[in-house]
Amino acid sequence: MKVLETPLDHEKVKELRVGDAFYITGTIFTARDAAHEKLLEIDDEDVPFDPSEYAMFHCGPAIHKEKGEWKVVSAGPTTSIRMEIFEDDFIERFGTKVIIGKGGMGERTLKALKKHGAVYCQYTGGAGALMANAIKEVEDVYFLEELGIPEAFWMFRVEEAGPFLVTMDSAGNSIHDDVAEEVSKNLEKVKSKL
Amino acid sequence: MNKKELEDNLVKGIQKAVTSVTKETEKKLRDAKNKEEKEGAKVQLKAILENIDVGKNEKRPICQDTGTQTFFIEVGEDFKWLGSLKSAVNNSVKKSTEKIPLRPNAIDPISDENSGDNTGRFIPSIHWDIVEGDEAIIHIIPKGGGSENMSKLEMMTPGKGLKGVKEIVLDQIAEMAGKPCPPTIVGIGLGGGADLAMELAKKALLRPVGERHIENRIAELEEELLEKANELGVGPMGVGGKTTVLDVKIEYAHRHPASYPVAVLPQCWANRQAKLKITSKGEIEVVR
Repeated sequence: MKVLETPLDHEKVKELRVGDAFYITGTIFTARDAAHEKLLEIDDEDVPFDPSEYAMFHCGPAIHKEKGEWKVVSAGPTTSIRMEIFEDDFIERFGTKVIIGKGGMGERTLKALKKHGAVYCQYTGGAGALMANAIKEVEDVYFLEELGIPEAFWMFRVEEAGPFLVTMDSAGNSIHDDVAEEVSKNLEKVKSKL
Repeated sequence: MNKKELEDNLVKGIQKAVTSVTKETEKKLRDAKNKEEKEGAKVQLKAILENIDVGKNEKRPICQDTGTQTFFIEVGEDFKWLGSLKSAVNNSVKKSTEKIPLRPNAIDPISDENSGDNTGRFIPSIHWDIVEGDEAIIHIIPKGGGSENMSKLEMMTPGKGLKGVKEIVLDQIAEMAGKPCPPTIVGIGLGGGADLAMELAKKALLRPVGERHIENRIAELEEELLEKANELGVGPMGVGGKTTVLDVKIEYAHRHPASYPVAVLPQCWANRQAKLKITSKGEIEVVR
């Protein structure tokens, strides 16, 4: 079992290739649409943590307070393609190297991954209970009042969270593109035999 | 049976539904893991199965999207508590939101305000069927947004016939790719008007995975589409592989001569369902 620890070793991330699966021990932060927008519009000195050190997780958790402490109920990935419109700018400005979500991302992100030695990984959609189990502590939360629960930046301390499957790498490979091409060929074949 | 008992049992049903997948679904997922050869597909299925175990053992919602609370109720014409069912369902959804807890998923489409308790105008969604007898069967199917977003209705030119139906279904399964969290269960509604076709597509999902339609000609169509869909290569979570759909379920209604509605409505691998039965004596049983 391959485990990456945070702060992330950027050289190690750069070497990851599509098809590799790994786990993370350390800190991951969540960010959805509004979180991306928020961080991109504020000044550097107001950014409350270093997004290059930790893995970013496209996720709006189900979370609630128990005896004054935040407890994660379930935390699976959300559809990443919605973040395509600002992910390249985000990577460029904040140096984020590991992005986790579901469904894959587009050409702009793939280009940014290549330029900055970063990877996109798929975490299994719907596997929110498994992730919640790997989250040992809610370390912090930023912009909660302004953004609301699903959109806020949640900092999770995780132990062997995963598996994360690299589906887009820093060499410009994308499993999502490869599968789409294959499916379209298969579809024509199957339809021709109807 | 008093109101509180009914509501508590409905909460139990919702809890069972959101913390597990049906046993037939789980079995198919296990079979799929043994069949897959590619590493990526195996990784996805392994996580899915581990996740199912965590949900079951810890009574934790398996997915953070606990869905739109949806009910299909078959109620006997002589069932004594018909008048209390609707409010009991509503109250149980509110209680579940707090107790289980569920993610609040009911938003006013005009103001964008979240009601906070999973209820609102026409929500929870309840489909009623009046049947013979004095009992009630309540199907609970919390439906996630990711899979629901991949639904499709096509008002097909009738002349295209069954071949046209098959093309629409296969095109849609290829088009939706990894987005509805495959391997999916694909509900299909044929005929009726536009509304009926969509409703039947969702209702078709209630039939247990692996169980064929009672009519041979429909059962054969289900088998054929299941086999062909799995030749597409979308694979678990869209990373490529042999398992794109776990099952195909078809329901139909007679159609207007000029219309042939074809509805496709996928359910994610997290096929969460429960079924309650209330007898004429008011005994409540979670049967599934």
